[in-house]
Amino acid sequence: MTGYGLKETELPKPSPNGDSLPYWNAAREKRLLIRLCKACGAKHFLPRYLCPVCWSDQLDWIESKGQGTIHSSSIVHRASLPSFASQTPYVIALIDLDEGPRMFANIIGSDSLAASIGDRVRVVFEDRAGDMLPQFSRVVGDT
Amino acid sequence: MAVSGTLKNKVAIVGVGECDIGKAPTMSGLGINAQACKRALEDAGLRVSDIDGLLTAYSFTEPYTMLGSALSEYLGLKPQMCTAMAVGGASPGIALRHAAQAVACGLADTVLVCAGENRATGLGREASIAALTAVGHAQFEQPYGGSIPGYYAMMARRHMHEFGTTREQLASVAVNTRAHALLHPNAQMKTPLSIEQVLSAKLIAEPFGMYDCCIISDAAGAFIVTSAERARDLRSKPVYLLGIGEKHLNMHIMCAPSLTQCGAVDSGRAAYQMAEVGPDDIDVAELYDCFTITPIIGLENLGFCQPGEGGAMFASGQTRIGGKLPVNTHGGMLSHAHAGAAGGLLGIVEAVRQLRGDQGDRQVQGAEIALVHNEGGILSSHCTIILGNDRG
Repeated sequence: MTGYGLKETELPKPSPNGDSLPYWNAAREKRLLIRLCKACGAKHFLPRYLCPVCWSDQLDWIESKGQGTIHSSSIVHRASLPSFASQTPYVIALIDLDEGPRMFANIIGSDSLAASIGDRVRVVFEDRAGDMLPQFSRVVGDT
Repeated sequence: MAVSGTLKNKVAIVGVGECDIGKAPTMSGLGINAQACKRALEDAGLRVSDIDGLLTAYSFTEPYTMLGSALSEYLGLKPQMCTAMAVGGASPGIALRHAAQAVACGLADTVLVCAGENRATGLGREASIAALTAVGHAQFEQPYGGSIPGYYAMMARRHMHEFGTTREQLASVAVNTRAHALLHPNAQMKTPLSIEQVLSAKLIAEPFGMYDCCIISDAAGAFIVTSAERARDLRSKPVYLLGIGEKHLNMHIMCAPSLTQCGAVDSGRAAYQMAEVGPDDIDVAELYDCFTITPIIGLENLGFCQPGEGGAMFASGQTRIGGKLPVNTHGGMLSHAHAGAAGGLLGIVEAVRQLRGDQGDRQVQGAEIALVHNEGGILSSHCTIILGNDRG
Protein backbone atom coordinates (compact mmCIF):
# COMPACT_ATOMS: atom_id res chain seq x y z
CA MET A 1 0.00 0.00 0.00
CA THR A 2 1.03 3.56 -0.65
CA GLY A 3 -0.72 6.74 0.40
CA TYR A 4 -2.17 7.32 3.84
CA GLY A 5 -0.15 10.54 4.07
CA LEU A 6 3.19 8.81 4.55
CA LYS A 7 4.88 10.85 1.83
CA GLU A 8 3.44 14.22 2.84
CA THR A 9 5.94 16.57 4.43
CA GLU A 10 3.88 19.77 4.67
CA LEU A 11 1.26 20.31 7.35
CA PRO A 12 -2.22 19.60 5.97
CA LYS A 13 -4.53 22.45 5.01
CA PRO A 14 -8.26 22.30 5.61
CA SER A 15 -10.38 21.35 2.58
CA PRO A 16 -13.67 23.26 2.84
CA ASN A 17 -16.90 21.75 1.56
CA GLY A 18 -20.41 23.12 1.07
CA ASP A 19 -21.12 22.98 4.78
CA SER A 20 -17.95 24.69 5.94
CA LEU A 21 -16.91 27.22 3.29
CA PRO A 22 -18.20 30.27 5.26
CA TYR A 23 -16.31 29.00 8.35
CA TRP A 24 -12.98 28.82 6.54
CA ASN A 25 -13.57 32.08 4.64
CA ALA A 26 -14.17 33.82 7.98
CA ALA A 27 -11.06 32.20 9.45
CA ARG A 28 -9.03 33.93 6.75
CA GLU A 29 -10.36 37.17 8.20
CA LYS A 30 -9.39 35.94 11.70
CA ARG A 31 -12.98 35.40 12.75
CA LEU A 32 -14.22 32.20 14.43
CA LEU A 33 -17.77 31.26 13.37
CA ILE A 34 -20.24 28.85 14.92
CA ARG A 35 -23.75 27.97 13.89
CA LEU A 36 -26.93 29.17 15.58
CA CYS A 37 -30.30 27.53 14.91
CA LYS A 38 -32.93 30.20 14.29
CA ALA A 39 -35.71 27.77 15.21
CA CYS A 40 -34.57 26.30 18.54
CA GLY A 41 -31.63 28.50 19.49
CA ALA A 42 -29.13 25.62 19.72
CA LYS A 43 -25.52 26.49 18.91
CA HIS A 44 -23.21 23.92 17.38
CA PHE A 45 -19.68 23.77 16.06
CA LEU A 46 -19.50 21.09 13.35
CA PRO A 47 -21.03 22.80 10.30
CA ARG A 48 -24.09 20.98 9.02
CA TYR A 49 -26.97 21.45 6.57
CA LEU A 50 -29.44 21.29 9.43
CA CYS A 51 -29.66 21.75 13.18
CA PRO A 52 -28.68 18.48 14.91
CA VAL A 53 -31.18 19.20 17.69
CA CYS A 54 -34.42 20.09 15.86
CA TRP A 55 -33.58 19.49 12.17
CA SER A 56 -34.48 23.03 11.19
CA ASP A 57 -32.62 24.15 8.07
CA GLN A 58 -32.84 27.80 9.13
CA LEU A 59 -29.34 28.41 10.49
CA ASP A 60 -27.25 31.50 11.09
CA TRP A 61 -23.50 31.90 11.38
CA ILE A 62 -22.52 33.87 14.47
CA GLU A 63 -19.09 35.01 15.53
CA SER A 64 -17.61 33.46 18.65
CA LYS A 65 -15.71 35.71 21.02
CA GLY A 66 -12.93 33.14 20.72
CA GLN A 67 -12.63 32.52 24.43
CA GLY A 68 -13.00 29.20 26.16
CA THR A 69 -11.78 26.60 28.61
CA ILE A 70 -9.73 23.44 28.08
CA HIS A 71 -11.98 20.39 28.61
CA SER A 72 -9.05 18.00 28.12
CA SER A 73 -5.70 17.92 26.39
CA SER A 74 -2.70 15.73 25.65
CA ILE A 75 0.91 16.28 24.71
CA VAL A 76 1.61 14.29 21.56
CA HIS A 77 5.17 12.95 21.51
CA ARG A 78 4.91 10.61 18.55
CA ALA A 79 3.17 12.01 15.49
CA SER A 80 0.92 9.66 13.56
CA LEU A 81 1.78 11.39 10.30
CA PRO A 82 5.30 12.31 9.12
CA SER A 83 4.11 15.84 8.36
CA PHE A 84 3.64 16.44 12.10
CA ALA A 85 6.91 14.83 13.22
CA SER A 86 8.74 18.15 13.30
CA GLN A 87 6.02 19.63 15.54
CA THR A 88 6.45 17.18 18.46
CA PRO A 89 5.93 17.58 21.30
CA TYR A 90 2.67 19.42 20.54
CA VAL A 91 -0.57 19.88 22.43
CA ILE A 92 -4.01 18.78 21.24
CA ALA A 93 -7.06 19.90 23.16
CA LEU A 94 -10.83 20.01 23.31
CA ILE A 95 -11.95 23.59 23.90
CA ASP A 96 -15.32 24.49 25.41
CA LEU A 97 -16.13 27.86 23.87
CA ASP A 98 -17.85 30.31 26.19
CA GLU A 99 -20.84 30.24 23.80
CA GLY A 100 -21.23 26.50 24.53
CA PRO A 101 -20.01 24.42 21.59
CA ARG A 102 -16.87 22.28 21.88
CA MET A 103 -14.10 22.25 19.28
CA PHE A 104 -10.73 20.60 18.77
CA ALA A 105 -7.48 22.49 18.19
CA ASN A 106 -3.87 22.82 19.25
CA ILE A 107 -2.71 24.88 22.18
CA ILE A 108 0.16 26.92 20.81
CA GLY A 109 2.55 29.44 22.26
CA SER A 110 5.68 29.27 24.40
CA ASP A 111 3.82 27.89 27.45
CA SER A 112 1.64 25.42 25.57
CA LEU A 113 3.16 22.31 27.17
CA ALA A 114 1.90 23.55 30.55
CA ALA A 115 -1.72 23.42 29.34
CA SER A 116 -4.07 21.66 31.71
CA ILE A 117 -7.78 21.03 32.13
CA GLY A 118 -9.67 24.16 33.14
CA ASP A 119 -7.15 26.59 31.66
CA ARG A 120 -8.67 29.63 29.99
CA VAL A 121 -7.67 29.96 26.35
CA ARG A 122 -8.15 32.49 23.55
CA VAL A 123 -8.29 31.92 19.80
CA VAL A 124 -5.28 32.78 17.66
CA PHE A 125 -4.94 32.15 13.95
CA GLU A 126 -2.13 30.09 12.43
CA ASP A 127 -1.17 30.93 8.87
CA ARG A 128 -0.91 27.68 7.01
CA ALA A 129 0.26 28.47 3.48
CA GLY A 130 -2.35 31.19 3.04
CA ASP A 131 -5.18 29.47 4.86
CA MET A 132 -5.85 30.42 8.47
CA LEU A 133 -6.36 27.75 11.09
CA PRO A 134 -8.12 28.67 14.36
CA GLN A 135 -5.82 27.70 17.25
CA PHE A 136 -5.75 28.58 20.93
CA SER A 137 -3.22 29.94 23.40
CA ARG A 138 -3.34 30.01 27.16
CA VAL A 139 -4.56 33.14 28.91
CA VAL A 140 -2.07 33.43 31.73
CA GLY A 141 -3.37 34.54 35.10
CA ASP A 142 -7.00 34.02 34.16
CA THR A 143 -7.84 30.49 35.25
CA MET B 1 -37.88 4.75 22.70
CA ALA B 2 -38.56 1.38 24.24
CA VAL B 3 -38.19 -1.75 22.17
CA SER B 4 -39.79 -5.00 23.22
CA GLY B 5 -38.21 -7.57 20.89
CA THR B 6 -35.74 -10.10 22.20
CA LEU B 7 -33.07 -12.41 20.86
CA LYS B 8 -32.58 -14.23 24.16
CA ASN B 9 -31.83 -17.91 23.72
CA LYS B 10 -32.84 -17.91 20.06
CA VAL B 11 -29.39 -18.44 18.57
CA ALA B 12 -26.06 -19.94 19.52
CA ILE B 13 -22.45 -19.58 18.52
CA VAL B 14 -21.44 -23.07 17.46
CA GLY B 15 -17.95 -22.60 16.06
CA VAL B 16 -15.04 -20.24 16.64
CA GLY B 17 -11.62 -19.83 15.06
CA GLU B 18 -8.67 -17.50 14.91
CA CYS B 19 -5.81 -17.37 12.44
CA ASP B 20 -2.15 -17.79 13.39
CA ILE B 21 -1.69 -14.43 15.10
CA GLY B 22 1.36 -12.22 14.83
CA LYS B 23 3.08 -11.91 11.49
CA ALA B 24 2.01 -13.86 8.44
CA PRO B 25 4.15 -12.43 5.62
CA THR B 26 3.28 -15.27 3.26
CA MET B 27 -0.47 -14.80 3.63
CA SER B 28 -2.96 -12.20 2.36
CA GLY B 29 -5.59 -10.42 4.40
CA LEU B 30 -8.33 -12.53 2.86
CA GLY B 31 -6.13 -15.56 3.48
CA ILE B 32 -5.93 -15.06 7.24
CA ASN B 33 -9.70 -14.54 7.31
CA ALA B 34 -10.10 -17.81 5.41
CA GLN B 35 -7.84 -19.59 7.91
CA ALA B 36 -10.00 -18.35 10.80
CA CYS B 37 -13.20 -19.33 8.95
CA LYS B 38 -11.90 -22.83 8.17
CA ARG B 39 -11.06 -23.36 11.83
CA ALA B 40 -14.48 -22.10 12.94
CA LEU B 41 -16.21 -24.43 10.49
CA GLU B 42 -14.17 -27.42 11.69
CA ASP B 43 -14.85 -26.44 15.28
CA ALA B 44 -18.58 -26.50 14.56
CA GLY B 45 -18.44 -29.73 12.58
CA LEU B 46 -20.36 -28.09 9.75
CA ARG B 47 -19.88 -28.26 5.99
CA VAL B 48 -19.16 -25.30 3.71
CA SER B 49 -22.52 -25.85 2.05
CA ASP B 50 -24.27 -25.24 5.38
CA ILE B 51 -23.25 -21.56 5.38
CA ASP B 52 -25.93 -19.35 3.85
CA GLY B 53 -24.91 -15.99 5.31
CA LEU B 54 -21.62 -14.09 5.52
CA LEU B 55 -20.99 -10.90 7.49
CA THR B 56 -17.62 -9.21 7.71
CA ALA B 57 -16.19 -5.78 8.55
CA TYR B 58 -13.63 -3.63 6.72
CA SER B 59 -9.95 -3.65 5.81
CA PHE B 60 -7.48 -0.77 5.58
CA THR B 61 -4.83 -3.16 4.31
CA GLU B 62 -6.92 -4.62 1.48
CA PRO B 63 -9.59 -1.95 0.98
CA TYR B 64 -11.95 -3.79 -1.35
CA THR B 65 -14.92 -1.64 -2.33
CA MET B 66 -17.19 -4.60 -1.54
CA LEU B 67 -15.28 -6.58 1.06
CA GLY B 68 -18.18 -8.93 1.85
CA SER B 69 -18.52 -9.92 -1.79
CA ALA B 70 -14.75 -10.22 -2.24
CA LEU B 71 -14.41 -12.45 0.80
CA SER B 72 -17.43 -14.54 -0.19
CA GLU B 73 -15.92 -15.08 -3.63
CA TYR B 74 -12.53 -15.96 -2.11
CA LEU B 75 -14.18 -18.52 0.20
CA GLY B 76 -16.23 -19.97 -2.65
CA LEU B 77 -19.49 -19.21 -0.85
CA LYS B 78 -22.79 -18.41 -2.53
CA PRO B 79 -24.67 -16.90 0.41
CA GLN B 80 -28.19 -15.50 0.30
CA MET B 81 -27.15 -12.83 2.84
CA CYS B 82 -23.83 -10.98 2.69
CA THR B 83 -22.47 -7.59 3.65
CA ALA B 84 -19.46 -5.75 5.04
CA MET B 85 -20.10 -3.53 8.04
CA ALA B 86 -18.11 -0.43 8.88
CA VAL B 87 -18.79 0.50 12.50
CA GLY B 88 -15.16 0.28 13.54
CA GLY B 89 -14.26 -2.11 16.30
CA ALA B 90 -17.93 -2.61 17.11
CA SER B 91 -18.50 -4.26 13.73
CA PRO B 92 -18.19 -7.88 14.96
CA GLY B 93 -20.70 -7.45 17.77
CA ILE B 94 -23.10 -5.60 15.52
CA ALA B 95 -22.63 -8.31 12.90
CA LEU B 96 -23.54 -10.88 15.57
CA ARG B 97 -26.73 -8.96 16.24
CA HIS B 98 -27.65 -8.86 12.55
CA ALA B 99 -26.82 -12.55 12.18
CA ALA B 100 -28.93 -13.38 15.22
CA GLN B 101 -31.85 -11.32 13.92
CA ALA B 102 -31.73 -13.09 10.56
CA VAL B 103 -31.52 -16.57 12.11
CA ALA B 104 -34.16 -15.85 14.75
CA CYS B 105 -36.76 -14.87 12.18
CA GLY B 106 -35.85 -17.64 9.76
CA LEU B 107 -34.24 -15.51 7.07
CA ALA B 108 -30.91 -17.33 7.42
CA ASP B 109 -29.87 -20.71 8.75
CA THR B 110 -26.12 -20.59 9.40
CA VAL B 111 -24.26 -17.28 9.33
CA LEU B 112 -20.47 -16.97 9.28
CA VAL B 113 -19.06 -13.78 10.83
CA CYS B 114 -15.39 -12.98 10.37
CA ALA B 115 -13.07 -9.97 10.48
CA GLY B 116 -9.41 -9.15 10.46
CA GLU B 117 -6.51 -7.74 8.53
CA ASN B 118 -2.83 -8.36 7.93
CA ARG B 119 -1.85 -4.93 9.23
CA ALA B 120 1.52 -5.97 10.64
CA THR B 121 2.96 -7.21 7.36
CA GLY B 122 0.50 -5.89 4.76
CA LEU B 123 0.56 -2.26 5.89
CA GLY B 124 3.33 -2.11 8.49
CA ARG B 125 3.46 -0.13 11.69
CA GLU B 126 3.98 3.37 10.30
CA ALA B 127 1.32 3.08 7.59
CA SER B 128 -1.18 1.49 9.99
CA ILE B 129 -0.83 4.36 12.43
CA ALA B 130 -1.01 6.90 9.62
CA ALA B 131 -4.09 5.25 8.11
CA LEU B 132 -5.91 5.46 11.43
CA THR B 133 -5.65 9.27 11.47
CA ALA B 134 -8.56 9.11 9.01
CA VAL B 135 -10.81 8.33 11.98
CA GLY B 136 -10.43 12.00 12.91
CA HIS B 137 -12.51 14.66 11.17
CA ALA B 138 -10.87 15.69 7.89
CA GLN B 139 -11.37 19.43 8.44
CA PHE B 140 -11.68 19.93 12.18
CA GLU B 141 -9.36 17.31 13.72
CA GLN B 142 -6.85 16.00 11.19
CA PRO B 143 -5.26 19.39 10.34
CA TYR B 144 -4.35 19.68 14.04
CA GLY B 145 -2.34 16.47 14.16
CA GLY B 146 -5.11 14.56 15.85
CA SER B 147 -4.37 10.87 16.30
CA ILE B 148 -6.19 7.95 17.86
CA PRO B 149 -3.69 7.66 20.73
CA GLY B 150 -4.07 11.40 21.27
CA TYR B 151 -7.88 11.29 21.38
CA TYR B 152 -7.89 8.43 23.90
CA ALA B 153 -5.15 10.18 25.86
CA MET B 154 -7.51 13.14 26.29
CA MET B 155 -10.10 10.71 27.71
CA ALA B 156 -7.50 9.35 30.11
CA ARG B 157 -6.49 12.81 31.25
CA ARG B 158 -10.13 13.79 31.74
CA HIS B 159 -10.74 10.58 33.72
CA MET B 160 -7.71 11.34 35.90
CA HIS B 161 -9.02 14.88 36.41
CA GLU B 162 -12.59 13.85 37.30
CA PHE B 163 -11.87 10.78 39.41
CA GLY B 164 -8.23 10.81 40.45
CA THR B 165 -7.36 7.78 38.34
CA THR B 166 -3.58 7.33 38.49
CA ARG B 167 -0.87 6.62 35.95
CA GLU B 168 -0.09 3.41 37.83
CA GLN B 169 -3.70 2.25 37.56
CA LEU B 170 -3.56 2.74 33.79
CA ALA B 171 -0.33 0.75 33.71
CA SER B 172 -1.95 -2.07 35.69
CA VAL B 173 -4.35 -2.64 32.79
CA ALA B 174 -1.44 -3.39 30.46
CA VAL B 175 0.16 -5.66 33.05
CA ASN B 176 -3.15 -7.48 33.68
CA THR B 177 -3.70 -8.28 30.04
CA ARG B 178 -0.08 -9.27 29.43
CA ALA B 179 -0.24 -11.78 32.26
CA HIS B 180 -3.28 -13.36 30.61
CA ALA B 181 -1.68 -13.34 27.15
CA LEU B 182 1.17 -15.46 28.52
CA LEU B 183 -1.41 -18.19 29.17
CA HIS B 184 -2.72 -18.13 25.58
CA PRO B 185 -0.86 -20.26 23.02
CA ASN B 186 -1.75 -17.98 20.09
CA ALA B 187 -1.17 -14.57 21.71
CA GLN B 188 1.25 -12.24 19.96
CA MET B 189 3.06 -10.99 23.08
CA LYS B 190 4.99 -13.70 24.87
CA THR B 191 7.15 -11.95 27.47
CA PRO B 192 6.15 -10.69 30.94
CA LEU B 193 5.50 -6.98 31.47
CA SER B 194 5.94 -5.00 34.70
CA ILE B 195 4.41 -1.75 35.93
CA GLU B 196 7.91 -0.22 35.82
CA GLN B 197 8.31 -1.14 32.15
CA VAL B 198 4.97 0.44 31.29
CA LEU B 199 5.80 3.64 33.20
CA SER B 200 9.26 4.03 31.66
CA ALA B 201 8.30 3.24 28.07
CA LYS B 202 8.71 5.90 25.41
CA LEU B 203 5.89 8.43 25.43
CA ILE B 204 3.27 8.35 22.68
CA ALA B 205 0.63 10.87 23.85
CA GLU B 206 0.53 11.81 27.52
CA PRO B 207 -0.29 10.03 29.72
CA PHE B 208 0.20 7.05 27.37
CA GLY B 209 3.48 5.34 26.71
CA MET B 210 3.99 2.56 24.20
CA TYR B 211 2.55 -0.21 26.39
CA ASP B 212 -0.68 1.74 26.98
CA CYS B 213 -1.45 1.31 23.27
CA CYS B 214 -2.77 -1.80 21.52
CA ILE B 215 -0.44 -3.87 19.39
CA ILE B 216 -0.51 -4.16 15.60
CA SER B 217 -1.00 -7.68 14.29
CA ASP B 218 -1.83 -9.87 11.41
CA ALA B 219 -5.01 -11.18 12.98
CA ALA B 220 -8.42 -12.50 12.03
CA GLY B 221 -11.18 -14.31 13.84
CA ALA B 222 -14.44 -16.02 12.91
CA PHE B 223 -17.56 -17.43 14.52
CA ILE B 224 -20.65 -19.26 13.29
CA VAL B 225 -24.21 -18.46 14.35
CA THR B 226 -27.17 -20.82 14.00
CA SER B 227 -30.45 -21.46 15.76
CA ALA B 228 -30.43 -22.69 19.36
CA GLU B 229 -32.38 -25.79 18.28
CA ARG B 230 -29.90 -26.73 15.59
CA ALA B 231 -26.96 -26.01 17.90
CA ARG B 232 -27.80 -28.93 20.17
CA ASP B 233 -26.95 -31.46 17.46
CA LEU B 234 -23.56 -30.02 16.56
CA ARG B 235 -20.06 -31.01 17.61
CA SER B 236 -19.19 -28.18 19.99
CA LYS B 237 -20.89 -27.23 23.22
CA PRO B 238 -23.25 -24.43 22.17
CA VAL B 239 -22.91 -20.95 23.63
CA TYR B 240 -26.21 -19.10 23.59
CA LEU B 241 -26.83 -15.42 22.95
CA LEU B 242 -28.63 -14.15 26.03
CA GLY B 243 -28.62 -10.42 25.36
CA ILE B 244 -27.22 -7.82 22.99
CA GLY B 245 -27.48 -4.03 22.74
CA GLU B 246 -26.09 -1.19 20.64
CA LYS B 247 -25.65 2.55 21.08
CA HIS B 248 -24.20 5.29 18.90
CA LEU B 249 -23.78 8.82 20.29
CA ASN B 250 -21.15 10.42 18.05
CA MET B 251 -18.38 9.71 15.55
CA HIS B 252 -15.75 12.34 16.37
CA ILE B 253 -14.41 13.09 19.82
CA MET B 254 -15.23 16.79 19.44
CA CYS B 255 -18.92 15.77 19.29
CA ALA B 256 -18.81 13.28 22.19
CA PRO B 257 -21.25 14.28 24.96
CA SER B 258 -18.74 13.08 27.58
CA LEU B 259 -15.21 11.67 27.64
CA THR B 260 -15.95 9.32 30.56
CA GLN B 261 -19.58 8.26 29.98
CA CYS B 262 -20.10 6.79 26.54
CA GLY B 263 -22.65 4.73 24.61
CA ALA B 264 -21.58 1.64 26.57
CA VAL B 265 -23.93 2.74 29.35
CA ASP B 266 -26.96 2.29 27.10
CA SER B 267 -25.69 -0.67 25.06
CA GLY B 268 -24.93 -2.46 28.33
CA ARG B 269 -28.30 -1.64 29.83
CA ALA B 270 -30.07 -3.01 26.75
CA ALA B 271 -27.99 -6.20 26.81
CA TYR B 272 -28.61 -6.80 30.54
CA GLN B 273 -32.32 -6.18 30.08
CA MET B 274 -32.61 -8.68 27.23
CA ALA B 275 -30.54 -11.27 29.10
CA GLU B 276 -32.44 -10.61 32.33
CA VAL B 277 -29.16 -10.50 34.25
CA GLY B 278 -27.08 -7.77 35.88
CA PRO B 279 -23.38 -7.03 36.27
CA ASP B 280 -23.15 -9.23 39.37
CA ASP B 281 -24.16 -12.26 37.28
CA ILE B 282 -21.23 -11.91 34.88
CA ASP B 283 -18.41 -14.44 35.43
CA VAL B 284 -15.92 -13.15 32.85
CA ALA B 285 -15.71 -9.97 30.73
CA GLU B 286 -13.91 -9.40 27.44
CA LEU B 287 -13.78 -5.60 27.17
CA TYR B 288 -12.47 -3.46 24.35
CA ASP B 289 -8.92 -2.39 25.25
CA CYS B 290 -7.45 -0.35 22.41
CA PHE B 291 -5.76 1.74 25.14
CA THR B 292 -5.41 1.21 28.87
CA ILE B 293 -8.12 3.79 29.66
CA THR B 294 -10.73 1.99 27.50
CA PRO B 295 -11.52 -1.04 29.73
CA ILE B 296 -11.44 1.19 32.83
CA ILE B 297 -14.27 3.25 31.33
CA GLY B 298 -15.81 -0.05 30.19
CA LEU B 299 -15.96 -1.48 33.71
CA GLU B 300 -17.59 1.72 34.97
CA ASN B 301 -20.04 2.30 32.11
CA LEU B 302 -21.13 -1.35 32.12
CA GLY B 303 -21.98 -1.23 35.81
CA PHE B 304 -19.21 -3.42 37.24
CA CYS B 305 -18.18 -0.59 39.57
CA GLN B 306 -18.98 3.05 40.26
CA PRO B 307 -17.58 5.81 38.01
CA GLY B 308 -13.97 6.36 39.02
CA GLU B 309 -13.44 2.89 40.48
CA GLY B 310 -12.36 1.10 37.29
CA GLY B 311 -8.67 1.84 37.72
CA ALA B 312 -8.67 0.44 41.24
CA MET B 313 -10.39 -2.74 40.04
CA PHE B 314 -7.47 -3.42 37.70
CA ALA B 315 -4.77 -2.33 40.14
CA SER B 316 -6.15 -4.50 42.95
CA GLY B 317 -6.08 -7.66 40.83
CA GLN B 318 -9.85 -8.17 40.80
CA THR B 319 -9.64 -8.42 37.01
CA ARG B 320 -7.09 -11.26 37.00
CA ILE B 321 -8.08 -14.86 36.30
CA GLY B 322 -9.08 -16.08 39.76
CA GLY B 323 -10.21 -12.58 40.77
CA LYS B 324 -13.72 -11.23 41.26
CA LEU B 325 -14.23 -10.43 37.57
CA PRO B 326 -11.55 -11.73 35.19
CA VAL B 327 -11.15 -9.27 32.28
CA ASN B 328 -9.61 -9.97 28.88
CA THR B 329 -8.58 -13.51 29.68
CA HIS B 330 -6.90 -13.98 26.27
CA GLY B 331 -4.71 -10.91 26.62
CA GLY B 332 -6.95 -8.45 24.83
CA MET B 333 -5.90 -6.04 22.14
CA LEU B 334 -3.01 -4.83 24.28
CA SER B 335 -1.25 -8.23 24.21
CA HIS B 336 -3.18 -10.94 22.31
CA ALA B 337 -3.93 -9.32 18.93
CA HIS B 338 -5.30 -6.27 17.24
CA ALA B 339 -5.95 -5.54 13.59
CA GLY B 340 -9.00 -3.48 12.65
CA ALA B 341 -12.17 -5.28 13.62
CA ALA B 342 -10.30 -8.44 14.65
CA GLY B 343 -9.75 -7.21 18.21
CA GLY B 344 -13.42 -7.10 19.11
CA LEU B 345 -14.16 -10.33 17.31
CA LEU B 346 -11.43 -12.20 19.20
CA GLY B 347 -13.08 -11.07 22.43
CA ILE B 348 -16.21 -12.93 21.32
CA VAL B 349 -14.10 -15.99 20.41
CA GLU B 350 -12.50 -15.95 23.87
CA ALA B 351 -15.86 -15.60 25.65
CA VAL B 352 -17.19 -18.63 23.78
CA ARG B 353 -14.11 -20.64 24.73
CA GLN B 354 -14.37 -19.64 28.38
CA LEU B 355 -18.01 -20.71 28.45
CA ARG B 356 -17.13 -24.09 26.97
CA GLY B 357 -14.87 -24.48 29.96
CA ASP B 358 -11.81 -26.19 28.51
CA GLN B 359 -9.12 -23.50 28.50
CA GLY B 360 -6.54 -24.99 30.85
CA ASP B 361 -4.51 -22.48 32.86
CA ARG B 362 -6.54 -19.51 31.70
CA GLN B 363 -9.95 -21.06 32.35
CA VAL B 364 -12.23 -19.02 34.60
CA GLN B 365 -13.54 -21.78 36.84
CA GLY B 366 -17.27 -22.29 36.65
CA ALA B 367 -17.85 -19.55 34.06
CA GLU B 368 -21.49 -19.63 32.97
CA ILE B 369 -22.19 -16.09 31.75
CA ALA B 370 -19.77 -13.86 29.84
CA LEU B 371 -20.01 -10.25 28.71
CA VAL B 372 -18.21 -8.90 25.65
CA HIS B 373 -18.03 -5.22 24.78
CA ASN B 374 -17.09 -4.06 21.29
CA GLU B 375 -16.40 -0.40 20.61
CA GLY B 376 -15.54 1.48 17.44
CA GLY B 377 -13.96 4.82 16.61
CA ILE B 378 -13.29 7.15 19.55
CA LEU B 379 -15.73 5.42 21.94
CA SER B 380 -18.20 6.14 19.12
CA SER B 381 -20.09 2.92 18.29
CA HIS B 382 -20.93 0.40 20.98
CA CYS B 383 -22.21 -3.17 21.17
CA THR B 384 -22.54 -5.19 24.35
CA ILE B 385 -23.05 -8.95 24.14
CA ILE B 386 -24.02 -11.37 26.89
CA LEU B 387 -23.42 -15.06 26.27
CA GLY B 388 -24.23 -18.11 28.37
CA ASN B 389 -23.57 -21.84 28.25
CA ASP B 390 -27.04 -22.67 29.54
CA ARG B 391 -30.35 -21.51 28.10
CA GLY B 392 -31.44 -20.81 31.65
